[in-house]
Amino acid sequence: MTARSITYAAAIHEAIQTAMTLDERVICYGLGVPDPKGVFGTTLGLQEQFGAERVFDMPTSENAMTGVAVGAALAGLRPVVTHQRVDFFLLAMDQLVNSAAKWRYIFRGEMAVPLTIRLVIGRGWGQGPTHSQSLQAWFAHVPGLKVVMPSLAADAKGLLLASIADNNPVVFLEHRWLHNQAGAVPEGDYRVPLGKAAVLREGADVTLVGMSFMTMEALRAAEHLAGRGVTCDVVDLRTIAPLDWDTVLGSVSKTGRLLALDTSWITGSVAGEIVARAATECWEALKCAPQRLGLPDFPVPAGYSLTRGFYPTACDVVRKVEQMLGRELGAEALAIPADEHHDVPGEWFKGPF
Amino acid sequence: MTSDVAPQTAIDLLRRMERIRLLEEAIAERYPEEKMRCPTHLSTGQETVPSAIGVALRRDDQVFSTHRSHAHYVGKGGDLGALVAELYGKAGGCCGGRGGSMHLSDRSVGFVASTAIVANSIPLAVGAALANRLLGNGRVGCALFGDAAVEEGVFSESVNFAALRALPVLFVCENNQYSVFTHLRDRQPAGRRIHEMVAAMGVRTVVGDGNDALAVLAAVEDAAAHARNRKGPVFLEFATYRWREHCGPFYDNDLGYRTAGEFEAWRARDPVARLEGELVSRGDLDAAGLRSLQESVRAEVAAAFDVAEASPFPPAADAYRELFVAQDGMPSQGSHTE
Ligand SMILES: Cc1ncc(C[n+]2csc(CCOP(=O)(O)OP(=O)(O)O)c2C)c(N)n1
Ligand SMILES: [Mg+2]
Repeated sequence: MTARSITYAAAIHEAIQTAMTLDERVICYGLGVPDPKGVFGTTLGLQEQFGAERVFDMPTSENAMTGVAVGAALAGLRPVVTHQRVDFFLLAMDQLVNSAAKWRYIFRGEMAVPLTIRLVIGRGWGQGPTHSQSLQAWFAHVPGLKVVMPSLAADAKGLLLASIADNNPVVFLEHRWLHNQAGAVPEGDYRVPLGKAAVLREGADVTLVGMSFMTMEALRAAEHLAGRGVTCDVVDLRTIAPLDWDTVLGSVSKTGRLLALDTSWITGSVAGEIVARAATECWEALKCAPQRLGLPDFPVPAGYSLTRGFYPTACDVVRKVEQMLGRELGAEALAIPADEHHDVPGEWFKGPF
Repeated sequence: MTSDVAPQTAIDLLRRMERIRLLEEAIAERYPEEKMRCPTHLSTGQETVPSAIGVALRRDDQVFSTHRSHAHYVGKGGDLGALVAELYGKAGGCCGGRGGSMHLSDRSVGFVASTAIVANSIPLAVGAALANRLLGNGRVGCALFGDAAVEEGVFSESVNFAALRALPVLFVCENNQYSVFTHLRDRQPAGRRIHEMVAAMGVRTVVGDGNDALAVLAAVEDAAAHARNRKGPVFLEFATYRWREHCGPFYDNDLGYRTAGEFEAWRARDPVARLEGELVSRGDLDAAGLRSLQESVRAEVAAAFDVAEASPFPPAADAYRELFVAQDGMPSQGSHTE
């Protein structure tokens, strides 16, 4: 299959379109799905193509509409439900956690819940405390949920198709700052298996583990470090649950140094879990204490000056590696210049939205 | 029935509406400067209900609001400089820059807070009413929200509890027909009248033209008296229309989710111009009086932007404070710890 360069958002669009073409049991709904903006472009034209019975807007009723999706999945459909922020989806935790996640298990494997929930995470432009949370650790904590966090455009497509094909509830978290990133994406029914991490870059000295937008920071840091003679394995988790421990721990065993990066608060984070597993299972191989980087344990403020420094960047990654290796590696070269805006990923991302 | 509104009250109402209109126009004009780096939900065209709430309720009645918060805050009498400074993310903002446009607060005028998740603050107003009842302070709680909020379970749950306990709370729905780009017809069944649905839950309901300021004022005064007199909650639904895009300073009728005809019909029913005309014809104001009222509001708005511009950015370290209260709040009787 050929690949061409399209954006992460277009890749998501293509995944839904492909799934809906392959299987007419796939339906797609959520606030704004058929509206003129089409959930950041990811659902544009789908209603025209597949009809209003399969693609539709919904009332502002997140909890009920999640339960409706669970019921529809039990009855034979394969719903793909979208929410423009993970924060809005918090109203639906009951249906997700008490129903979707447990159904298969409680009823002795007799029923399945093939359900995909797309949730947008992100940050920037003063969205503040209740519009920029990143709650993958909550979902990953619940047995019975699969949790997916693509970083690259190709994986956004391949993992979403695999999520829709999966017969279990999958929480699919898309980072808004990645939507505009382009990459080579295969055409057609391209699937990337859930539960498999990708090693995006190989090295000998340090293992950087990233997810979603933090993988981008890891790649930037690794590029910089390579210029200073420090080579890194960059492991892109892609799936948070089930997590690909073989790949992560294999890399840590090889390099002996782990830095786990997270898009969310550090306490109770996925990065914390990775550090714990590395400490318990790779103890002999470790050359220094395993480390992690995430957000400070405070709500995200809206204000411009308050968010400066709130999110770890490639510069912080290199600083951490400097500490781990005990030498200076020129981290400052990666610092965001004082005259550059830290609250947007580029000119394309700007209020209002 | 609306002509018995005293001239001073009517002028107060108009002043609040002009404040909202002129402030929002200034925000829209200056937003492209990219100094207000946060989402902004403007209420141009919807000035009436927030202003009537501000006039009809007592200063210490507690108002809770939504993402479309500026008008609600200004209507209740919130400080303009602290609002604009909040949009700028400045230290002088009402939340010191932590909240941004969707989280406003001015407790000195009973505007407790706005929050950004649809229907999130509705039960908080009910909780305020519960406290008011227990504390016997005679205050009324008030939740402002849009037509989409009634689709959330927490709305029905809140109304049910308020009705059950006959709590002193007003539920005020500004029905502008839209949730972002989505019209009511795609969210609620045809023929649904929101106030009828709520009436069936056992609370008193009122429905009215949300662009008729004097009528809205009378309705809110009446409802507040009802709630304050321990007769139970009131649900008020007012039909109105947002002129600009859902979020941001621009007009977006070109996107095709609503027709130019619909927009023009509502714009022709400009609630601010209408009240101006009514006050002039009632003789409460002459043309010069109206001009000077507008000029003084313009000056207030300009001063608010000056406050915001002059206020410093809070230092980044301010983000890492005030997560918890350090002291306990309950009196002790020689209590002991482990
Ligand atoms: C629980 C939740 N779902 C979705 C959103 C996204 N959202 C923000 S404002 C809005 C529209 C709400 O419409 P309405 O209540 O009618 O208020 P209006 O914007 O018309 O004033 C939506 C859907 C949200 N903030 N919270
Ligand atoms: Mg509305």
